[in-house]
Amino acid sequence: MLEVVDLVCVRGERCLFQDLSFQLEAGELLYVQGPNGSGKTTLLRALCGLVLPESGEVRWKSQNIRRLGEEYHRELAYVGHLNGVKDELTAYENLRVMGRLHGVATDSGRAEAALKRLELSACAELPGKVLSQGQKRRVALASLLLAPKALWIMDEPFNALDVKAVGIMQGLLSEHLDGGGMAVLTTHQEVEIIGHRARHVRLSA
Amino acid sequence: MGAALRDVVMRDLTLALRRRADVLTTLFFFVIVASLFPLGIGPEMKTLRLMGPGVVWVAALLASMLSLGRLFSADYADGSLEQLVLAPQPLAVVVLGKVLAHWLVSGLPLVLMAPLLGIQYGLSPRALGILVLTLLLGTPVLSLIGAVGAALTLGLRGGGVLVSLLVLPLYVPVLIFGAGAVEAGINGLGAQAHLSLLGAVLVPSLILAPWAAGWALRISLE
Repeated sequence: MLEVVDLVCVRGERCLFQDLSFQLEAGELLYVQGPNGSGKTTLLRALCGLVLPESGEVRWKSQNIRRLGEEYHRELAYVGHLNGVKDELTAYENLRVMGRLHGVATDSGRAEAALKRLELSACAELPGKVLSQGQKRRVALASLLLAPKALWIMDEPFNALDVKAVGIMQGLLSEHLDGGGMAVLTTHQEVEIIGHRARHVRLSA
Repeated sequence: MGAALRDVVMRDLTLALRRRADVLTTLFFFVIVASLFPLGIGPEMKTLRLMGPGVVWVAALLASMLSLGRLFSADYADGSLEQLVLAPQPLAVVVLGKVLAHWLVSGLPLVLMAPLLGIQYGLSPRALGILVLTLLLGTPVLSLIGAVGAALTLGLRGGGVLVSLLVLPLYVPVLIFGAGAVEAGINGLGAQAHLSLLGAVLVPSLILAPWAAGWALRISLE
């Protein structure tokens, strides 16, 4: 489904990784590991199409993601290193706005359900600027649930989360993979997602 | 596509409404610059009438440029720009939505304030009408061209200065036709030709600028 072929990424003068190839099938989870500065974030951004690789390609359903464009975006949910949560909007409004961009109707109740799932109902009406780092992270993660997406790409999703939230996320990931979804994530702590095949990509500094 | 455009416009208008200080800064800048000139030049009606259209236009141009920094930078800083780029909508439509919202909060108020400022320069009602019309056609062009510059300089240190250097030369035709239309109107030559030229600048910018700005955003995000 997701295929990476001979990917080479260069940042400035430095080659981060070269000839990286792997593939990911439905229901599989991919951990991207490596020390700081080894290019984990760059790899994830290349998988999203935000970074243009030096050579090689990323394919979705055997087609280059560059060519697929919005068609690929329809199946992709990305939670980056930054949360993308607007300070001026409430938690609920943030999700509603993100949902609208992905074609989710405002009255579908998905934003409410996503907030509830991440136990954010109590701060749904609080503006982003008063939310704690962990709460903002939860809002960003809640956006994964707005529209059904086949591929989740997450950059350090467990950062700033408390133990309980990590548990919730494990549950969500597990359900996503059970439903035939795919997930790519970077993490420092190995968080066990039980009962699923996990692949590992190790980048060296 | 229409729905995506509306959603982005609504999003940015809501954000602008929650940060009113930013919006008012542009308007105050415009009002103050355009009001300082009559004070500096003195009450000589003939001189003022001659300078009025140009001064109002230059003030609008500078005010519009002042507001460009806000167009993408906040979204860039908090990561929501990545989400906008990855949304399953054509990026040009998203950018057009952002530019439209930007014009509604920082261009349209200038157009509405212009007749009041024009009175200070003793412009006739007819000249005021033409002034408003030229600004109505011209300020969207300023926002559109400015969006390309803002997208190109996103995340750069000293981007504010760079964006002025990039964008100001491109603003020149708009300034010439805009101020020229009002002068031609005052002199009884008819503003038709200048207005048509302004319109002729607006249409291609409306088509090309969102696309170019989207392309520039992708580069800036890399």
